[in-house]
Amino acid sequence: MDQLNAVGKSILRPDGLAKVTGQALYLDDLPENGCFHGVTVRSPHASARIVSIDVSGISDPDVKVLTAKDVGPRNSVHLIQDDWPVLAEGRVNHVAEAVALVVAPTFARAAAAAKAVRVEYEVQQPVLTLDDALAGDPRANGALNVLSTCNISRGDVDTAFANAELIVEGDYATGHQEHAYIEPHGIIATPMLDAAGVFVGVDVIGSLQCPYYVHKALTYLFDLGDQAIRVRQAVTGGGFGGKEDYPDMIAAHAAILARACGKTVKILYERQEDIVATTKRHPSRIRHRSAVRRDGTLVAMDIEVLLDGGAYVTLSPVVLSRAVLHAAGAYSCPNVRIRGRVLATNTAPNGAFRGFGAPQSLFAVERQMDKIARALGVDPHALRSRNAYQEGDLTPTGQVLRESVSAVAVLEKARAATNFVERYVANEAARAVRQDDGKPLPGIGLSLFWHGSGFTGNGERRMMSKGAVRLRADLKIEVLSSSTDFGQGTEGIFKQIVSDAAGVGLDDVVVHTPDTAAVPDSGPTVASRTVMVVGGLLSRAGAKLRQALCTFAAQQANAAPASVILQGGFFVTDSGETPFSDIATLYLRIYGPLTCEATFEPTPGSTFNEETYEGDAYAAYGWGANVVEVEVDPDTFVTRVTKLTTVSDVGHVIHPVLCAGQVEGGTLQALAWGYLEEIKMKDGRYLNDRLQTYLIPTMADTPDMETILLENPTASGPFGAKGVGELPMDGGAPALLQAIENATGIALSAIPATPERIFEAARARASKTA
Amino acid sequence: MSTPIKFTINGKATEVAAPPMARLLDVLRRDLALTGSKEGCGEGECGACTVLMNDEAVCSCLVPLFQCEGASITTIEGIAADEKVSELQRVFATEGGAQCGACTPGMIVTIRALLDKHPQPTRTQVREFVSGTLCRCTGYERIFRAIEVLTGQRAAEGVSDNPSNGSLRG
Repeated sequence: MDQLNAVGKSILRPDGLAKVTGQALYLDDLPENGCFHGVTVRSPHASARIVSIDVSGISDPDVKVLTAKDVGPRNSVHLIQDDWPVLAEGRVNHVAEAVALVVAPTFARAAAAAKAVRVEYEVQQPVLTLDDALAGDPRANGALNVLSTCNISRGDVDTAFANAELIVEGDYATGHQEHAYIEPHGIIATPMLDAAGVFVGVDVIGSLQCPYYVHKALTYLFDLGDQAIRVRQAVTGGGFGGKEDYPDMIAAHAAILARACGKTVKILYERQEDIVATTKRHPSRIRHRSAVRRDGTLVAMDIEVLLDGGAYVTLSPVVLSRAVLHAAGAYSCPNVRIRGRVLATNTAPNGAFRGFGAPQSLFAVERQMDKIARALGVDPHALRSRNAYQEGDLTPTGQVLRESVSAVAVLEKARAATNFVERYVANEAARAVRQDDGKPLPGIGLSLFWHGSGFTGNGERRMMSKGAVRLRADLKIEVLSSSTDFGQGTEGIFKQIVSDAAGVGLDDVVVHTPDTAAVPDSGPTVASRTVMVVGGLLSRAGAKLRQALCTFAAQQANAAPASVILQGGFFVTDSGETPFSDIATLYLRIYGPLTCEATFEPTPGSTFNEETYEGDAYAAYGWGANVVEVEVDPDTFVTRVTKLTTVSDVGHVIHPVLCAGQVEGGTLQALAWGYLEEIKMKDGRYLNDRLQTYLIPTMADTPDMETILLENPTASGPFGAKGVGELPMDGGAPALLQAIENATGIALSAIPATPERIFEAARARASKTA
Repeated sequence: MSTPIKFTINGKATEVAAPPMARLLDVLRRDLALTGSKEGCGEGECGACTVLMNDEAVCSCLVPLFQCEGASITTIEGIAADEKVSELQRVFATEGGAQCGACTPGMIVTIRALLDKHPQPTRTQVREFVSGTLCRCTGYERIFRAIEVLTGQRAAEGVSDNPSNGSLRG
């Protein structure tokens, strides 16, 4: 491979200095220039018929109110199924569903008018939990309550169970999780009006992850051509999946208000509105039945995955697919049956959240592995080590893991780095003879996990994403993609990739802000696909540009094309070096700007059958092992995480500091989901809808972290890179629960492991032994 | 009803005519166009709006304007004093302390106050002092490390021309 000048170095992120000096302009920092403000009127009920909407209480002459009849021509958010209304029509299916919109010259006047909107409801019995949904209550609106199904089957599961040496069963549950990005949602929409003042399109800027999702949603909503809609990303203060789908909704609201009043309209959510209205991580109920040999070898797994989708389909089918594909964990097993369903409830739609279903199913399988290990009397590491995937193994979809398989490597590294087995065993022995002296109980826990990079199955093939690079008149090579940076450092990473792919200096490369009027559709910024898939497109586009310029340089020198190479910003031949800028200047003078584009190409030989769920589910997998150390207070059952060790293989690391930052930030979210974060609900209303009551980790809650990156490259990513964004969300919670079990002997199967939940389990255990 | 309030912002004498109960955060962002301080929650929980008020870190969303009479306020825009970017800010950027950046202004202002009190802080001191400012991206580890690099307790990992970064590689 060519010498790497940029890839692998922790360069200064291009937006770094703007962010640390407060100069970066987020949505609410943009000049308002007299724009109007939109406010949303929301349902207080989880399930109700809308009897009437009365706006006669509004006396402000500059206020406009919109209801369902004013939306459109279509009234739904265009995602997988178009069942999610922009404004509720006839009935509401969850608390905080948008019923009406109000626009006024100031936020205060819009808010006052919104309070004056009177909506009369006929309240109905809601379905609020998976238990309710399982009890067979039909959804109040009469729709089917199964939003999606997904099944995988391999081998002969029933025969394997019939002949099993040991069968272990377990039920696992996880709850809602709020993204809690520090910058709440916001969108500004400016109407495009023709000479007669007629609305012909809209220009949207927002805090968002997926400009082309918003573009498609608005194109569909207004039934206008592509060119009528322009979507740009403002500097975005965190997303974690929460700004994947919901910006479609806010953009639709802002855009129809802009159409109605003919002015630029801003909608900015306050924190409470952001929490009650926007999507959450899907709660799950997952049942495992495992057939195991006495030596610990997995023989069969029968897994049922249930996800709570909330009131509308949104992205749930894809979340379920990823949950099901990861449900058997990082373990080889010849007979596997996984059945998944998403059920509807009268709660706000659950949507994308870092990990996208995989954290739920990996939590369950990792706790099941702990249960099996205990049943066999072996330590958690030994059982994992025996069953971990190796190169050549088959996954539940029959995919052969041909390359870049690091399950054993990350597991062994984690064990060695923490002295895991000895310390786990010592804690077990100490617990058996412990006298309660009020001192904190030490525990240590281990998890092993995998995460597929990029879209599932044929998703990438269907999208056929594009990325491009352009040699501009100012001699800069401009990166054109719709991948957004909402913290990960995408901009710098793309500069590194293109710099080395094109053979030019880092400073020769600039990245265009995502803007649907200027960049091709590289697909959404989701699914750990930015570096591996879009970075791969840009790497190929950069190589094409390098090739074109080398050919040109050779022509100019009357040399053979192969005799010129472009490396590190210089054209190199036998006779000497010429700076990139000299040749580029000449090229531009003769031919003008040069654009090179690349379109997605599947890994050669890969296939996936979406009907049978057989084949290559992902082009490559990241691998991770976590070791979590805790102290549990024996009297209050408060858990303190004292140390976190992560080992991750995400392929060749493009930027070590940013990569470690993804791992550390994601794993803290995972730990917090495991013991701290919980949405409490009453009658479908969130009880903790503020940051004072929905707690996320502070520095005081956060352990010291040791972050180890193993680099096992893949042929499917640029310079061997795989995806890193979501893998860190997968292993924190189960390792934490194993550590709590190691400390206390209490095996929890549901998260979060709050003191109350541990106490209840301890009491149940005490009453059983009494 | 607006009473003029006089105070110093980033070293500059300033007078603002706004309601006495106006939030300092709004005065900074709307009246003075200092948009570096962010609103993350509006109730003093997230710390994204943190500024120095007479050298103490406070949530500007909880400070009514009348309390600022005669006070000296430093926002993220004033943290570098005469330089364009302070060493704290630079190291925060190079060592991965900032990801999405929404907490960053409040975080840096808070750490400025920490370092004024504890020039060589331990992690325990950092935890106690900075725990009022929430970051959802980093897991805080790179923020600890940025402080440790700045105070000479740790070697830099994120220098742009140093490709080794050996400590991260397994």
